[in-house]
Amino acid sequence: MNFRNLLQEALSALTANKARSGLTILGIVIGIGSVIAMVSIGQGASGQIQASIESIGSNLITVSPGFAAGGAGGVRMARGSATTLTVEDALAIAEQIPLVAAVAPEISRRYQITQKSLNTNTQVIGTVDTYPEIKNIQMESGLFISEQNFASLAKVAILGPTTRDDLFGEGVNPIGQTIKINKISFKVIGVTKAKGGTGFGSQDDMVFVPLSTAQRFLSSDEYVTSISVQAADKKAMAQVQNDITQLLLAQHNISDPTLADFSVINQADLVQAATQTTDTFTMLLASIAGISLLVGGIGIMNMMLTTVTERTREIGLRKAIGAKKKYISMQFLAESVMLTFLGGATGVILGWIISILISRFGGITTEVSLSAIILAFGVSAAIGIIFGYYPARKAASFNPIEALRYE
Amino acid sequence: MIEVKNVTKIYQSGNVETKALKNVSFVINKGEFVAIMGPSGSGKSTLMHILGALDTPTSGQYFLDGQDVSKLSDDELADIRMQKIGFVFQSFNLLSRATVLRNVALPLIYTNTTAKERDEKAKKALASAGLTEEHWHHLSNQLSGGQMQRVAIARALINNPAIILADEPTGNLDTKTGEIVLFSFQDLYEQGRTVVLITHERYVAEHAERIISIRDGFIESDEKVKHRKQLNNHI
Repeated sequence: MNFRNLLQEALSALTANKARSGLTILGIVIGIGSVIAMVSIGQGASGQIQASIESIGSNLITVSPGFAAGGAGGVRMARGSATTLTVEDALAIAEQIPLVAAVAPEISRRYQITQKSLNTNTQVIGTVDTYPEIKNIQMESGLFISEQNFASLAKVAILGPTTRDDLFGEGVNPIGQTIKINKISFKVIGVTKAKGGTGFGSQDDMVFVPLSTAQRFLSSDEYVTSISVQAADKKAMAQVQNDITQLLLAQHNISDPTLADFSVINQADLVQAATQTTDTFTMLLASIAGISLLVGGIGIMNMMLTTVTERTREIGLRKAIGAKKKYISMQFLAESVMLTFLGGATGVILGWIISILISRFGGITTEVSLSAIILAFGVSAAIGIIFGYYPARKAASFNPIEALRYE
Repeated sequence: MIEVKNVTKIYQSGNVETKALKNVSFVINKGEFVAIMGPSGSGKSTLMHILGALDTPTSGQYFLDGQDVSKLSDDELADIRMQKIGFVFQSFNLLSRATVLRNVALPLIYTNTTAKERDEKAKKALASAGLTEEHWHHLSNQLSGGQMQRVAIARALINNPAIILADEPTGNLDTKTGEIVLFSFQDLYEQGRTVVLITHERYVAEHAERIISIRDGFIESDEKVKHRKQLNNHI
């Protein structure tokens, strides 16, 4: 018995009772469809979180100050509140560590900013010319801080689009105008492009000034609040993270790594932590949908058992005309696999349509991945084999004489 | 050709033993048309199952085409049935939602044949069984009883078997249609095929050329039919 004959026989048996086959397939369609739709929601959420983390910058490693250690047993302040990092640390990282693409130290603090009668309270970031490259910031108009600005302690400012709107009104070109930060006048030389404020604080509501200017006129000390480091590529991230830790321990004369007065955070760790959450969420959704798939599988078994009983005489006849046991069981197995496979294919299409509808009307990002589709096909074929095996074996074990006499 | 040697069949259910066949022996030669006749409970069905390689005897030997079939496994018996035996059943046993051609070609799907070869062989068998071409593409449940039985005969012929085994082939038919089916068997006999007809009616058995009567598991008589019922001598 060749494969073609097997498929033909299975197909004609299934089409002999279209209503029953259709209803049985429906169980698998719903099961696979909901798995595809649920997983697409989970993967969409995970993709969105990953994208928003990566919009902060690619291959990013952030060095922040550690605890302000008040001696042994002293009162600790919040992590990051310490003033332990300096511009020298940033220079050392840039000069001594290979595989570093760019380094940008920064000071950030909130200040009241005024422009004529309008005012706002927002984050002011003192930084250097490499910052836009590391943090994926693009200019809408004008220029970012230059090396010249840094060297000359220039009182210039670059506005985020939201800050521009707050201080000047929408659509007004602020370049050349003056704003006051902490009562000190700064000349606006550029506006950054909107990034869209998704999670992790809006990057559109900010003011950038040269780091040297901020240290001199705003914070009045030589410390920085963080150092952003861009690794040369993704693979170098762990290596660079490790090198920075070693270098800063040496710079700060600390021999015990557990007492480090800074922390180095790898962007990849952040992404991993976030995706771990969404993965759990995806698993939960998929397993709920998996239950309906299981019910669909039981439906297949139920139908196949009924079919086997109904077709007892046919099985007897097939055995009488020379069909071996394995041909009988293969035939019934082919029928159940064909059912689940058809159900799986329809379910993938249904799930896909549902996920498109969810993202269109529900406002949730969804993502149907190839691996989910392949998995769905694999699972539906496996269900056909698992739930079809027992009925097929039952059919094959019939005694032809008794089967032929069956009423 | 067919040799049954001291065949005994015992059915055991619990502690009760039933001897369905007791030391039965006979020979059927190639090209014979033999009726095995007996009342119900005589053991003729058991004998049919053994002759049809659906079952094996408890003791004794059964040679089909020179091969001892009495000790084969299930799968080997399936092969014998496929190659050497054509069954015709009382209740036709056709696939109701399949066409006549597909029903006739059914035994061939378990062999390595193409759809085209199957079609050709099925048409040849249908012609031998005397079913006219207009019915070949009908579904089998659209046919009359006589036509159904001829489809079943065509199905039995398709593998060109050594023996055609008909189990009460007229049991579900009215007398007139039954006659027509019996003449189809006579026609096959004229074509040189070996036909074994199992029946409980003497009238049906007399269409054969030899009758083996069986009662209580024994062969009661084995004789040639003196006045064979034929198409041209009694209509």
